[in-house]
Amino acid sequence: MRSLINDPPIKTPPPGVQRKLITGVALIALLIAVGPFLPKWLTFLITMAASHGLVSLGIIFLMRGGVVSFGQGLVFAIGGYVAALAFVKLGFTDAIGLTFIGGLGAALVALPFAPLIARYRGIFFAMLTLALSMVVYGILVKTDVLGGSDGFNMGRPTLFGQQLADILSGYVLYPLTVVISGAVALAARVYFDSPRGLISLAVRDNELRVEYLGASVRQTMAINFVLAAFVGGIGGALTVLSLGHVNPDFSYWTTSGEFVFVAILGGYHSVLAVFVASTVLEIVRSFSGLYFPDTWQLVLGVFLLTVIRFLPHGIGSLWSNRELFKRKGGEK
Amino acid sequence: MSATPSQGSIPVLRATGLEKRFGAVVAATEVCLEVIAGERVSLIGSNGAGKTTFVNMITGYIKPDAGSILLDDRDITGLEPRTINRMGVARSFQIPQLYAELSVLDNMLVATACQDRHPSFWRQARSADAVERALALLARFNLLEHAEQRVAGVPGGIRKLLDIAMALTVQPRLLLLDEPTSGVSVEEKFPMMDIVMHALEQEVMTVLFVEHDMDIVERYADRVVAFYSGRIIANDTPQIALAAPDVRRYVTGTLH
Repeated sequence: MRSLINDPPIKTPPPGVQRKLITGVALIALLIAVGPFLPKWLTFLITMAASHGLVSLGIIFLMRGGVVSFGQGLVFAIGGYVAALAFVKLGFTDAIGLTFIGGLGAALVALPFAPLIARYRGIFFAMLTLALSMVVYGILVKTDVLGGSDGFNMGRPTLFGQQLADILSGYVLYPLTVVISGAVALAARVYFDSPRGLISLAVRDNELRVEYLGASVRQTMAINFVLAAFVGGIGGALTVLSLGHVNPDFSYWTTSGEFVFVAILGGYHSVLAVFVASTVLEIVRSFSGLYFPDTWQLVLGVFLLTVIRFLPHGIGSLWSNRELFKRKGGEK
Repeated sequence: MSATPSQGSIPVLRATGLEKRFGAVVAATEVCLEVIAGERVSLIGSNGAGKTTFVNMITGYIKPDAGSILLDDRDITGLEPRTINRMGVARSFQIPQLYAELSVLDNMLVATACQDRHPSFWRQARSADAVERALALLARFNLLEHAEQRVAGVPGGIRKLLDIAMALTVQPRLLLLDEPTSGVSVEEKFPMMDIVMHALEQEVMTVLFVEHDMDIVERYADRVVAFYSGRIIANDTPQIALAAPDVRRYVTGTLH
């Protein structure tokens, strides 16, 4: 073991939240600017990566507190179904409104379970969330009013009262998804760097001391669970707006597994990394699906193994808190 | 530093008739103790005598089977650790309970964040104000040079001091130190206790510390409370308490 005692203090502190936010805003602006020049398949791929990335970002909320949800497909499905239902049954068509209705719906569903879930850790937390998502899957499959196992379609949403022509909708939903996902991602960064975000990291490391310092561990976990649901619900709603279709598979365990895959790939230190990882997943899915449709999960598996072996803290460790990770590497 | 119990002043801590059993093991029985503001009280006793059980009952980690604990005449018996902490009781740990993944400074900022009754969702944890206060406290414990180091990489003595510094963020009325010098080498013990006691001098604070080293006890305690199988067998000034036959027989081992 390398001696760490005489290491000089880290010279440059991690970049301030302002710098990260400016980078984020610039990235969002860039994505929107290049949008019109990208082929349609690529804008759709980015739309899916951004909206799915939000669900994985929700898992990051939980991972920073030391738990992983294997049932995040639940809030993805709730967000999608609530948005689609508001559109079909209530005739509410505004895209931005539907997105937030989806997020709120998922948060409201998560709320009553939060105090219960906040008591569990590790595999119990994972299995409990998985169980909840599969219960919802079962209910959705058996509910004929909601289209049973086929789900149902929704039409084109409107934006600020304007109808979107079919030909246009892709080009409007792309920047909309990028902006909303980007805004949520920036908000997540602010939250992670806030006192509450720091308490989450502390819970991950040592729950006992958090209580002895005067904060509530269960409250922290419950809040993270509800926030994760809200963020995931927004992701579900955005996905449905672009797909125009929702079905029970949203809540199926393999869908949840993909969100966990992306969260692990990205790591919990960087918000941007989650979206990079989500994009990687979508690219691998698209191309492998094209060239070797039956074995594309194999490619994902190899990719995940490689990342875990060489970047155990996720893609984000490539650019965030480099010093810290180097030290850690030397220690283990 | 020569505050002695006197009639008339309201004690900061008043524990009455505390009882605690773990199966057949009597961890505390008929434990009564009053501590007045500004006192430095040392809790001594061999392993399993009930010192840590006493500390754990005061701080809410375990609930007594019977008896009551008053803090400034407010009943804190059986409350949650975080509630008791917010009322002004802080503690350090025999094995420092820190955030090994975070830097020394961030450990202090965790403590600051936890103190907040409604921690912010959007303000920065590393705000100039919070960092300044954290650094000021670190400076009192001679820890400034370690501020940006990861806790996993700093030596045990530094961790001990950080553990105590974190407890101080709440500006407690009553501070309980569980074996502050355990795991610290013989030659470092006195310098370390000097740092701790010097840091504490700046606030009117009542301190209870569990200690095995009688040299430390004699030098830093105003009063000594000796435990033996769950009972208090001596409660007096260090000179008198350490000379008592029961204490010499059961605690210090100087009378056979």
